[in-house]
Amino acid sequence: MRNLLIFITKYNAFFLFLIFEVSSLLIYIKYNSFQKATFINSQNQVTGSLFAQVSEFKGYLSLKEQNDSLARENAKLRGMLKTSFYVDTVEKHKVVDTVYKQQYTYLVARVINNSTNQSNNYITINRGRKDGIAKDMGVICGAGVVGMVADVTDHFAIVKSLLHSKSQFSAMLADDKAVGSFTWVSNLDRHRGLLSLQNDARPKLGEPVVTSGYSLFPTGIPFGKITNLHAKEGGLLLNVEIGLSVDFAKLQYVYVVVNKFAQEQTGLEAVQSK
Amino acid sequence: MGRTIIINTIRFLVLVFMQVFLLKNIAFYNLVTPYFYILFILLLPFEIPNVLLFALSFLLGLTVDAFYDTPGLHAAACVVLALVRILFINITVQKEGFDNEPEPTLSIMGLRWFFTYALILTLSHHFFLLNLEVFSISAVQYTLSRVVLSSISTVFLILISGLLFFKRKERK
Repeated sequence: MRNLLIFITKYNAFFLFLIFEVSSLLIYIKYNSFQKATFINSQNQVTGSLFAQVSEFKGYLSLKEQNDSLARENAKLRGMLKTSFYVDTVEKHKVVDTVYKQQYTYLVARVINNSTNQSNNYITINRGRKDGIAKDMGVICGAGVVGMVADVTDHFAIVKSLLHSKSQFSAMLADDKAVGSFTWVSNLDRHRGLLSLQNDARPKLGEPVVTSGYSLFPTGIPFGKITNLHAKEGGLLLNVEIGLSVDFAKLQYVYVVVNKFAQEQTGLEAVQSK
Repeated sequence: MGRTIIINTIRFLVLVFMQVFLLKNIAFYNLVTPYFYILFILLLPFEIPNVLLFALSFLLGLTVDAFYDTPGLHAAACVVLALVRILFINITVQKEGFDNEPEPTLSIMGLRWFFTYALILTLSHHFFLLNLEVFSISAVQYTLSRVVLSSISTVFLILISGLLFFKRKERK
């Protein structure tokens, strides 16, 4: 017993190393496999409010660009108004429209923490469960798709951005309508993604890639444009490279997509796959 | 003793702030990211007990993790760094010298020793950190180039900070 104690005190550095190393690896592995909301992340009170203050300050630095992008979006939306269409039928009667039922609503949120240079990137936004955000909702911005809500607390939410090694989205070629899956390969940089298509699809250079409408997002929200038709050779699928339309480094405001029929759809699909 | 604690507390706060609000946003082609905050562990006094050294490294790692959203990753790398520090100091510094050489800074230990010290510790920290983050052998070439390039930038920053706070001292 005494010898054991002497042995341990003599090599105490090694045993201390074992204790601390194992505990930190446990934290690391546990968080990664379950995505549990532990207290050590950017949602908690201290880090969350610090990030909020810094982003408050940083917001002033890019006011001009934000104004421009909002003005562009306004112009685009204004173009969709009924008043901006020329009415070519002379007779017009008013119909109480029951054909359309609102399926998607959008919640605006501000980005308070953002990373683009890790191999798994997350975005923290300043809206949470109290504002109606739940896990697995889609997130977009004016320029295109941003990601998917990974975790949510009362006042904050963490978004798994497109730039995440495990993010995968259903995407579609705008002209060809062929559906494939969008991924991000971490060795590529924050401007490029990868789209895997069936071999019979006919992608063209410069063709826009948009959301398919199968899952989180409405149809037609852009991912980006095809920049390279032969990104990765030799696989079973056709891999094309996409230049992303969202500049993740300059992200300030995003919209969380609330799909009112999401539960109904996933419930139905779950029954079928049993 | 009290002065050492105050200085190290300030150093801890300043380095963590610099890392998470400034250096986190720096990345050249996703290859070079300096992890300058490890300077805190490098500059802890020689006489620090091993328990405290490991606990402080663990705490520093967790603090940085909280801002990077990667619980445990930086903590694991910092604990490895603490072990390498103990081994390196055991091999290269005599125990009797601790009285007049309290801290392993550039001005006290000289450029040659400090450069080797910073280089070896930084390389081991970055190697462990970046490989644990990616955790795949298929990307090993890319990861190793990230390790080397990031280490160069970190050591560069460490040496510059050493020169900034250089205190001229009579050497016997």
